[in-house]
Amino acid sequence: MGRTLFSKVWDSHAVRRLPTGQTQLFVGLHLVHEVTSPQAFDMLRLRGLGVPFPERTVATVDHIVPTDAQERPFADPMAEEMLSALERNCRDFGIPLHGLGSEAQGIVHVIGPELGLTQPGMTIACGDSHTSTHGAFGAVALGIGTSQVRDVLASQCLALEPLKVRRVAVEGRLRPGVTAKDVALEVLRRLGVKGGAGYAYEYGGSAVRALSMDERMTLCNMAIEGGARVGYVNPDETTFAYLSGRRFAPSVAAWDRAVAWWRSIASDPDAPYDDDVVLAAAEVEPNVTWGINPGQSTAVGGRVPRPVDVPAEERAGVEEALAYMGFSGGEPIAGTRIDVAFIGSCTNGRLSDLRAAADVLRGRRVAPHVRALAVPGSVAVKAAAEREGLDEVFRAAGFEWRHAGCSMCLAMNPDRLEGRQVCASTSNRNFKGRQGSPTGRTLLMSPAMVAAAAVEGAVVDVRTLLSTEGQV
Amino acid sequence: MSSIVRVAGTALPLRGDDIDTDRIIPARFLKAVTFEGLGAHAFEDDRRALRGTHPFERPEHAAASILLVNRNFGCGSSREHAPQALVRRGIRAIVGEGYSEIFFGNAVALGLPCVTVAHGDALALQEIVESAPGTPCSVDLETLSVSAGERTFACSLPEATRQAFLSDGWDGLNALLQRPEEVRAVAERLPYVTGF
Repeated sequence: MGRTLFSKVWDSHAVRRLPTGQTQLFVGLHLVHEVTSPQAFDMLRLRGLGVPFPERTVATVDHIVPTDAQERPFADPMAEEMLSALERNCRDFGIPLHGLGSEAQGIVHVIGPELGLTQPGMTIACGDSHTSTHGAFGAVALGIGTSQVRDVLASQCLALEPLKVRRVAVEGRLRPGVTAKDVALEVLRRLGVKGGAGYAYEYGGSAVRALSMDERMTLCNMAIEGGARVGYVNPDETTFAYLSGRRFAPSVAAWDRAVAWWRSIASDPDAPYDDDVVLAAAEVEPNVTWGINPGQSTAVGGRVPRPVDVPAEERAGVEEALAYMGFSGGEPIAGTRIDVAFIGSCTNGRLSDLRAAADVLRGRRVAPHVRALAVPGSVAVKAAAEREGLDEVFRAAGFEWRHAGCSMCLAMNPDRLEGRQVCASTSNRNFKGRQGSPTGRTLLMSPAMVAAAAVEGAVVDVRTLLSTEGQV
Repeated sequence: MSSIVRVAGTALPLRGDDIDTDRIIPARFLKAVTFEGLGAHAFEDDRRALRGTHPFERPEHAAASILLVNRNFGCGSSREHAPQALVRRGIRAIVGEGYSEIFFGNAVALGLPCVTVAHGDALALQEIVESAPGTPCSVDLETLSVSAGERTFACSLPEATRQAFLSDGWDGLNALLQRPEEVRAVAERLPYVTGF
């Protein structure tokens, strides 16, 4: 009987069975940022503990950094205090920090892969739920809380129970104008925001194999939105080609041995799965959320549901979402007026995302009433985009071109919605208040769809813009 | 640290599926280097939106120590600030239909048991406490039962987690620190640690 990647990685990192019955699991890469770590470092000091594997730990700053003016000290004294605390903690415990001003700084889930830190077969933990992103490389990567950040710092281990594995196969070819973000939203609509509880999602099928690493990261990033703490794709030639030559990837001398091991940890063809789901790639349309969780979406040509359209047990949730979003139910999602367009985040802040948006924006202007932000996911993404002139495309279209950071995904920095503004956003969560205004509204979609909405001033099928240029 | 066998007190019903951690504690309150003071901000925006009618705002639930929720409670962001805010608000146990895994794990690390009950039982418990807010309630991890007044309901908790609470092992760090040589041995067998 074959084995899944999850089971191989789990077994090779298991230290022992704990008295409670949980597994003590070794963590191969621990990523740290400024928001969920200061209390963990203080807990170490309180108990007189050190960090035994500082070289397996890497820190950066992303959540609180302003993306316009980055001079120190920050205008926000709390943000300054948090950044100073991380700098002090990394210094005290010998942890490498890619801080502000470093060419390697950026959103933790963007820099791990682009530095080659994230590799197949690893266990990866970070005090951030979107750690599932790193599963795109065939790692078992999961988000943890601050007490567990403390555990990993002090022991390089976590106490966990194994997950079941659900294979999510996307077969066939995605149609032009349909992206990994649309697949992620499709999976959430079909399997629900709690359907993944207890599971790791193994994404496979011909459509997933055809995705680039950036796209696989988008897909795995949103596994957590479906309740699956871990999402992964088996490593293949696309993975190896991405990693080759990156700063912390294996050396040329070790490369062949590394690739051989990476191949060996992929799921076997006869591996057993606890559950199996198949989606037809050709049926996926550009998706847009209409509600207050990422499972509440529709194809761009569809309508916002009415409470009577959904099963009785979902009705209260739909009513709450419609009331918050200001929809009456039954209206087409296309044509929904937006106030803000946000392109960025760990979901869609990579170079290919910026290129996709720029392709829509070339020769066009953002609607006069829309405020539009393009925020690269890392300093390296920003530099690469500028080498291609993408910054000029965004600026010429009327976008603000910013420094790297989490920005308007989560409102821990100056970028936030005001009042009841509606934001077309490439981020991952449309929760109430998520983008910083307690009454702000978020419509999640792909980078190309956000660019199209920015131009139109309202939700629109990006394919109608692309086809007029004969690009489809 | 001490073992956690039973939580008794009054309860606070909070209806709704998929209540995410951004709602439990909005992100602006994460801008701090400690968890102090979070209790006062639990559900701040939801409370403001409901103008005094939110269960966390009602005086009859001010002293409640058991939170009654529905499905997928604590989904979204991994912020431990969410269970920290609830504990600092006085919550000592949660009874519901289901939890996000990250929230559940964070709660365990704080000594906050989150037990699961059937859909109908969750609704029944919420109804009992809504009609009689002072009803004495308890969560018993030894017998895996939840009581509200005269009624008792079965609840579940993964056995490893239950043992962790009963045996004073819920702060898992001590156990993780016990065999450093075994941790080194695992690390040295991993090709990416040794340079392939």
